[in-house]
Amino acid sequence: MPGRLEPEPLPRRDFLGLSAIWSAILAFVAAALGAVRLPMPAVFPESNSRVKLGHAERFPRGSATHLSDLRIWVYHDAAGLYALSSVCTHLGCVAGRSKDGTFKCPCHGSVFDVAGKVVAGPAPKRLNPLELSLAPDGQIVVDTRRFTGAESRLKV
Amino acid sequence: MSAEETAKVHEEPPRPARGAISAYFHNLIDLPWNVRDSIIRHGAPTSDRAKSQAVNQNFFLHILSARIHITSLKFWTTMGLGVISLMLFLLLVITGVLLMVYYKPSINQAYDSIKDIVFVVPTGRFMRNIHRWAAHGMVACVILHMARVFYTSAYKRGREFNWVMGMVLFVITLGLSFTGYLLPWDQLAYWAITIGANIAQSPRELTDALGVTAIFDVGGFQKELLLGAHYVGQEALIRFYVLHVMVLPLAAALIIGAHFWRIRKDGGLARPEEPVPSHPPALGPSGKDGGTKTWGLMAVVKGKTGNVGDEMANTIPAYPGALFALAAVAMAATAAMLMLGYYFDAPLTEIANPAVPENPAKAPWYFLGLQEMVSYSAFMGGVGIPAIVVLGLALIPYLDREEEEPGIWFSGPRGRKVALASAVFTTVFTIGLLAFTVKFGWLRNWYPDIDQIMITFFNPGTLIVAVFALWSIVSVKLTNSTRMGAIALFTCFFVAFIILTYFALVHRGPNWDFYWLPSQWPTH
Ligand code: HEM
Ligand code: FES
Repeated sequence: MPGRLEPEPLPRRDFLGLSAIWSAILAFVAAALGAVRLPMPAVFPESNSRVKLGHAERFPRGSATHLSDLRIWVYHDAAGLYALSSVCTHLGCVAGRSKDGTFKCPCHGSVFDVAGKVVAGPAPKRLNPLELSLAPDGQIVVDTRRFTGAESRLKV
Repeated sequence: MSAEETAKVHEEPPRPARGAISAYFHNLIDLPWNVRDSIIRHGAPTSDRAKSQAVNQNFFLHILSARIHITSLKFWTTMGLGVISLMLFLLLVITGVLLMVYYKPSINQAYDSIKDIVFVVPTGRFMRNIHRWAAHGMVACVILHMARVFYTSAYKRGREFNWVMGMVLFVITLGLSFTGYLLPWDQLAYWAITIGANIAQSPRELTDALGVTAIFDVGGFQKELLLGAHYVGQEALIRFYVLHVMVLPLAAALIIGAHFWRIRKDGGLARPEEPVPSHPPALGPSGKDGGTKTWGLMAVVKGKTGNVGDEMANTIPAYPGALFALAAVAMAATAAMLMLGYYFDAPLTEIANPAVPENPAKAPWYFLGLQEMVSYSAFMGGVGIPAIVVLGLALIPYLDREEEEPGIWFSGPRGRKVALASAVFTTVFTIGLLAFTVKFGWLRNWYPDIDQIMITFFNPGTLIVAVFALWSIVSVKLTNSTRMGAIALFTCFFVAFIILTYFALVHRGPNWDFYWLPSQWPTH
């Protein structure tokens, strides 16, 4: 029988005290986590990423068309139509296209060649080629959030 | 209690000779004086004792100890920088609350409401100008204040954690500026926040390279948390507004309070030790009324006798001398802001246009050094290096624990030499590196197909950090002193910060290209 001469390893009072402290800490952490959960959005406000661009005649062969609202350029070459996002892959500024077809970003000087490949500057990736498709009514549709391969073309 | 005293306590209070009505009217007449006496519960502070009461019994003043060491009031001890920071913060709160009356945190109305404030609201332009210049001034003063605390070794002897709290204040100050400049919803605002949010996302540069972004996307998480969306829009504006007008100022106010409290509890500002006199302790200049109260309650020294060395003799009552000094500094800061606000208008660029950034799109001056770093690598320049610098600064008091006499600039002539050598070295190295990158480019210009991860880890920014670290290790070794190593490292970063800021401000033009002068920028 554990007597006064042989005390329990963890006195009951200490045990109660420790549990009180730890349950308080746990409750606090749980409450803090709950509070921090709120600002993490469950639903993102997002407009439809698929946009109709009109009929193929809008983009004659050999042309480069700037759709500034969408921040994209639409090209028509021998193989077909393709679209290039001009949003810089570095930190999201909009790169401007020079007359020679290369892109330069005003924010930190990234340079992309005609095909959108990084030539200089801090951008980690090429400019994103965007997926083009045909709507049932014959209009061309771009998906501003769907990236495709650099070689993909929409035949028209 | 003696029987006599007990009897006194139970005695009826003496009735006024006049009637209660007459007393009532007398009270009415005496009202202003009685109210005053109830607010200030002591007479005019003429004796030292009353002066200390004047400070101790006032909630706002008791942040000062009743007696202040004269060294603390000397210009070179603090250069007033902390107090100026505080005053600018107060000005920001006042003008900020006024701006809130008209500002509308909505993407459709924000820009127009700023225009209203500038062109229609009485004194609106003035208040906005003061708010803007005080914000710039506060960032500058906080940085200089940190430098002064560092160079006078005022982070030692119990002040370690106060230095850490100072670092938190530094980060909050930058956060306040950053969140503040989204609010006008002009071009500067829109693109600064776009870049800022993507910097928050830039850990993807690393996770992408490691191929783990799909399962471990810190970058995406941070951006979504900051913007509440995947683009800078209404959700982002509200979030920044909440941070700017509520969360950060409140946090700043609380931590500033604790910052001051600690200074008081650390025995006032750091100062050189005083020689312990061999003569028997003399009573301080206020020995006359020393009998009424023990020093232990009033003075900054420990123990019940006031005299440890000549410390007491070198203190003055906080009231009125120190208070007047504080008030003078605060008034000078306010006057400077009023002048700036009166003569110079805060900029407002065109309304935000998500289709075209300004060219060049430059951050405000205190982020320009970062912008230059970011132009080498988004992740390293925007997250990696700033994190290393802030963490490194915060740890200074824990890594340099040498017993140093505080309050001496550069810790004496040796430190002065180390600081000078480091400054010269940094100037030469940084300018050389910048010239090299401008002339020859960097890895991608030489090996167009190089892996991004190589650039992430080896770019002019990381090179600078590595060289500075090496320099300070060598300094520790040569001087056999961690304090000297700290001085070397701090000086390197401080000087590099200035050079990079200057370089980005003056020599970067459209497309972040190098120009000798802004006047040489192409016109279109
Ligand atoms: C919101 C920003 C800040 C405010 C309003 C502020 C205010 C003050 C004030 C009024 C003082 C009294 C001495 C003086 O005027 O220099 C002080 C001292 C001090 N500050 Fe700050 N400060 C701020 C940020 C910082 C930062 C960024 C650091 C460093 C990382 C720092 C570290 C310290 C330390 C260690 C002391 C004690 C110095 C001594 O004992 O001599 N503070 N601060
Ligand atoms: S955002 Fe384009 S280079 Fe930085």
